[in-house]
Order: sequence, then C-alpha cells, then structure tokens
Amino acid sequence: MTYNQGVKTAAETDKRRWERETLEPTLRKSPERAETFTTISGRPIDRLYTAEDLEGIDPGRDIGQPGEFPYTRGIHPTGYRGKLWTMRQFAGFGTPEETNERYKTLLKAGGTGLSVAFDLPTLMGRDPDHPLSLGEVGKCGVNVTSLADMETLFDGIQLGDITTSMTINSPAAMIFAMYLVVAEKQGADWKKISGTIQNDILKEFIAQKEYIFPPRPSMRIITDIFAFCAADVPKWNTISVSGYHIREAGSTSLQELAFTLRDGIEYVQWGVDAGLDVDRFVPQISFFFNAHSDFFEEIAKYRAARKIWAEAMRDRFHARSERSWKLRFHTQTAGVSLTAQQPYNNVVRTALQALSGVLGGTNSLHTNSLDEALALPTAEAATLALRTQQIIAHESGVANVVDPLGGSYFVEKLTKDMEDGALAYFDQIDRMGGMVEAIERGFPQKEIAESAYRFQQAVERREKIIVGVNDFVREDEPPIEILYIDESASEKQLARLEQLRKTRSQAAVERSLDALRAAAKSPKTNLMPPILDAVRVYATVGEMCDALRDVWGEYEEVPII
Amino acid sequence: MRKLRVVIAKPGLDGHDRGAKVIARALRDAGMEVIYTGLRQTPEQIVSAALQEDADVIGLSILSGAHNHIVPRLMELLKEKGLDDVMVVIGGIIPDMDIPKLKDIGVKGIFLPGTPMQEIIDFINGHVRARV
Repeated sequence: MTYNQGVKTAAETDKRRWERETLEPTLRKSPERAETFTTISGRPIDRLYTAEDLEGIDPGRDIGQPGEFPYTRGIHPTGYRGKLWTMRQFAGFGTPEETNERYKTLLKAGGTGLSVAFDLPTLMGRDPDHPLSLGEVGKCGVNVTSLADMETLFDGIQLGDITTSMTINSPAAMIFAMYLVVAEKQGADWKKISGTIQNDILKEFIAQKEYIFPPRPSMRIITDIFAFCAADVPKWNTISVSGYHIREAGSTSLQELAFTLRDGIEYVQWGVDAGLDVDRFVPQISFFFNAHSDFFEEIAKYRAARKIWAEAMRDRFHARSERSWKLRFHTQTAGVSLTAQQPYNNVVRTALQALSGVLGGTNSLHTNSLDEALALPTAEAATLALRTQQIIAHESGVANVVDPLGGSYFVEKLTKDMEDGALAYFDQIDRMGGMVEAIERGFPQKEIAESAYRFQQAVERREKIIVGVNDFVREDEPPIEILYIDESASEKQLARLEQLRKTRSQAAVERSLDALRAAAKSPKTNLMPPILDAVRVYATVGEMCDALRDVWGEYEEVPII
Repeated sequence: MRKLRVVIAKPGLDGHDRGAKVIARALRDAGMEVIYTGLRQTPEQIVSAALQEDADVIGLSILSGAHNHIVPRLMELLKEKGLDDVMVVIGGIIPDMDIPKLKDIGVKGIFLPGTPMQEIIDFINGHVRARV
C-alpha cells in the first residue's frame, strides 16, 4: 500500500488543481521572495509537499513503527517517554586537575555522562616535550600523557557509575587502555563499564586530519579493538563513526550522511574480513552526527541514517541480531555555524539545532556554548548550553511523543531523497573498491572541499544569510568574557613528565615497547594486550605511538585545494 | 605583470584546514599564484617554502591557540633570511588581547571568523609590495 493510492485516479491531481485555482492568482499578485529556495546544503526545496510526493514510499516497509525494522521512526518503541537522551557535554582543557574539576561541576549540574576533549599533542600521539607540541599543550583540550594523568582526570569519579565518551582516534587504543586500567584500579568490572571511544580513523583521513599511521595499519588497530571488546568489554562502544567532522569541514548534509555510513560499512567489512562474527561486534558500533542549521534537512538525515544502516546490516552483511540493525547516534550542534559576531545569537542557533537532533531521535546530545567561535567555553557558557537541552527536554513537550514528524509529507519525502542520494554515493565508492581506496584517491576530500567553497561563495553573494555576519550587522559590539588558557598547563605537564620519567622503571617501559613493536610486526597478534602492558608500567602516549611509527611509518596526505 | 605569489600555510598540530583551503582557492580565483603547504608545517618549513617559491605574501591559518609561539618564531626566521619584506597575514581564532602583540612584531593583517574573502583579497592587493 502506498500513500498516494486513489489520488492519481483523477485526471487532474488535487495539487494541480490547487496550483491553477488558488496558487497562480496569488503569485500574479504577490511573487515569492526568491525564484528558488534551497537548504543550507544547496538542495532545492519545493513550495509544497503533498501526498503525491510520497509515491514509491511504502509506509509499512519504509517508515514502519518505532522500535521495528527499518527503524526510520526510531530504535525505541517509546521514544523519549522511557528515557531521555543522554546530555553529554564535551569538555576538557589545561591539566587533568582542571578538567577533573569541570567534570564534577557538570555532573553536579545534572549532566548525565562525561565526554573528554583531549589536546592536540595527545590526539597526535606526541608528548608535551616534543617540538611539535610547542604552544599546544592543554589548549584545545586536556593533556593526557600517561596513566598518571588519567588517574587524576577521573579522581573521585566512579567509572562503574557513569558512561564516558572519549574523542580520541589515532591513539584510541592507548587512551582506552588507560581508562580500563583506571577502572580496574577503582574495582570496576570491565564487563559492566560502558562508554565510547571515537576511534574513527577514516573520517580523520577525510576531514579532521588527526591521523598518525597509514590507513591500512590504522584499520588493523580498529579491528583489534573490535575483537578485544567483543570478548572483554562487551558494553563499550568501540567506535563512533563520525559525520560531525566531515560536516564541519564543509560537506553538505547528504555528503555527511553518505560518507559516514559508508565509513561504517567499511569498518564492518574489515571486521568480517578479519574473521569476526557480524552479530558479535556490530552492536558495539555507534555513530555521531552534526546538527546543522537547516532544521528539516537534518531531521531527514537522522531518519534516513537509521533506515540505511538497518538495511545494510541485514542485507549486505546478513546480520541476524536486531542489535546489529539498530543505529544509535550521538549528536553535536554545529560548531562551524557559531559566529564570533553577536555571540549571544549562538544560543538561539544551538537551541534550534539541538531541537532537530531531538526530533530526529538522537540518543545523546552535546550543545555548543555561545562563545566557542572565540575560545573554549567558560563554565558559565557551558552551563547555559546544558540548560538549553534541559529546556527542550522538560518544557517544550517534544519529548512526550515518539517521532512527532513521522508522516509529514515534507519530512518523509526529504528522508527518502536523502536515502536515495546516499545510496548513489555508496555505488560510486563501491566501484572504487571501498572507502579506503576512495580516500587514497582523494574522492571524499575533493567533494567536501568543493562544497565548502560553494557555500562560502553563496555567503559572499548573500544568497545565504548569516545573521550578524553578512546581514543585520552591528558595528559597536561589546566584547564578551572568554576563557583564556595560559601557558601554566604546559609548564605543569612538562614538569610532571620529567618527574614520571625519573620515578617509573625505565627497563620495564623499554621491554613493554619492544613487545609492542613485535606485536605490530605480526598482523595476527591483537595489539590491545601489549598496549595494556605498556600503560600499566606508565609508558607515555608519545612513546607508544613512536613504537608503532617505527614499524608502520607515518601518513602524509597530498593536499587538495 | 608577475602574479602575486602567496604561500598559505597551516602551522602547528591542528588539522582543521577548511579555512586554509577556502582562502587558497579564493586567492587563486582572484588571480594570485597560491602555494598551499599542507598540514603541520614548522616555522622553518614555512620560511623555506616562502624562500623557494619567491613569495610576496605568507598567509597562516591558526585556530588552536598556538599563535603566540609559532608567529614570533616565524617572524624571527624571516628576518634572519632577509625576507622581512614578505607580508604576513593570519586567519583564524585569535583572542583580541593577542592582536596588538602580533601586529607589533610585524604581522600586517589578522582576519577573524566571518571575514569575507573579498576583504582579504582587497587587503592583500592594497598592502602588498610585489617583490621584484
């Protein structure tokens, strides 16, 4: 059964009749504001959507019911009536002590999960005393050099009682190992703890560019983590396949959807090729999307994502477990949409973006702070961002009903268009041999750079309006208070590292690093046990990454503009 | 007439290259010769690229907060190599309180988030002295 049955039997559809009788006289008197209307991604949008637009959509098969395949309407039968989304605010700066204090503030304010932002040296696997770390320690996130820092970061926070998301990619295995050892020392059971490591290297090559090793050994670390967690840390989300950074780098909404889900498929394929059982490791894969400013396009993106994933897991990989079919995702509002001009406007942008994430059925949410186009957020700005989510959850009423936009002609049509567009990208990437090959050719990178440039041109021509930037500009803006991170974090972390190198057993560290090198040379050996051993004797992130650099080398991209 | 030669560089560990790539393309479309160095360039590498490419302008994209370390080192090296007539401009996230210091050591223009590309093109055309 399709929606439009009965409509097309008339010689003239009702929409045509409406256009002739009602619309045309109106347009003659008062033309529309523009000749064409497009989303922020440049997708043309029609004036009106009716039942006719749903031709080819089977409500039972394509939309379904919440909690049932293909999950277009959500993975939970009760939506947010059972449990609200997790309000998970990304935070980290300076030293582990400073960040530990911020976490305690966020938990006291009603945050329900932690999310760790690491600084660039940590993300790039460099210790604070490496020349490339100059000026970067503690600036964009917290610096974690060794297990000692991880112990401080979670001091007084029971890892058995909370879930933690960690935005870490190239050195994900090392940071995850540190977390596991801290949990163990607190007496928490690895089988029960839960959280997420981002661990999504493909989007690093595509967009975020925090890669260390070449693509193939990087993929091996990830399949080793899949295997390790399936056996030993079964509740952990082993990867957060991320569209967020792809979007921030300038992609369209459709490109974000397509490249992210195709990345997800690539990871599953590598897991299968490594001999893992789909239904054992796929349920531990989660996703991470951007919530940008075009409200309905974003909602359609989330709904399409669930359907595409469910069908790909069932039909492409023959997964039999419902847990493999269900796409769970985190959402963060669009950092790139925040403006340095009139920063209070960002509160409104963030609220609307967050609402799209909620109406799209996100499982957890981070809302950006109003000052993030200028600096890392102040505690006050971060609290207001959390309050934004609480107001949506508790005051707006949108969480009282499951998938309130399901059945909207516009939203269902847009969901279908997003799905069709993503599947067309899948075909293109499959023909190249897969996502690793597509990245090696620079395909997604070029697509994104092209979209970023087109958007910037549209802004310059004022085809797209950004309030306070290219319209409604104010000349005499009062400055706002921002968080200024000085050099003290760098000094403290350098001193701490020096102290660590004096007190730990250097011989034990050397032995553990030799074992790690040996494991890296032997593709059949899982890397997690030797990494855990190295972490326990306080080897640093930089030392462990260097051991792997010795074996695998470093990746260098060919820049594309 | 010789085209203006611009080296666009991304120093430091940060990989957010959207801005660097967009401005590189805009300057190229405006008729300049653009050399994009790619990611994670040290001040030494940037100065050597400027020398090799006979650059009139160096454009740095910095968002991570490392500018107070990177830029003074770069300006020093330019002086050492006799390249102090190369115009240096920065785009990215730079706190207001750091701007006077950077201008004092010779940075010509600092462009914060939301700056139109045309403004940067006009600034470069208006301030550069083409090297002969």
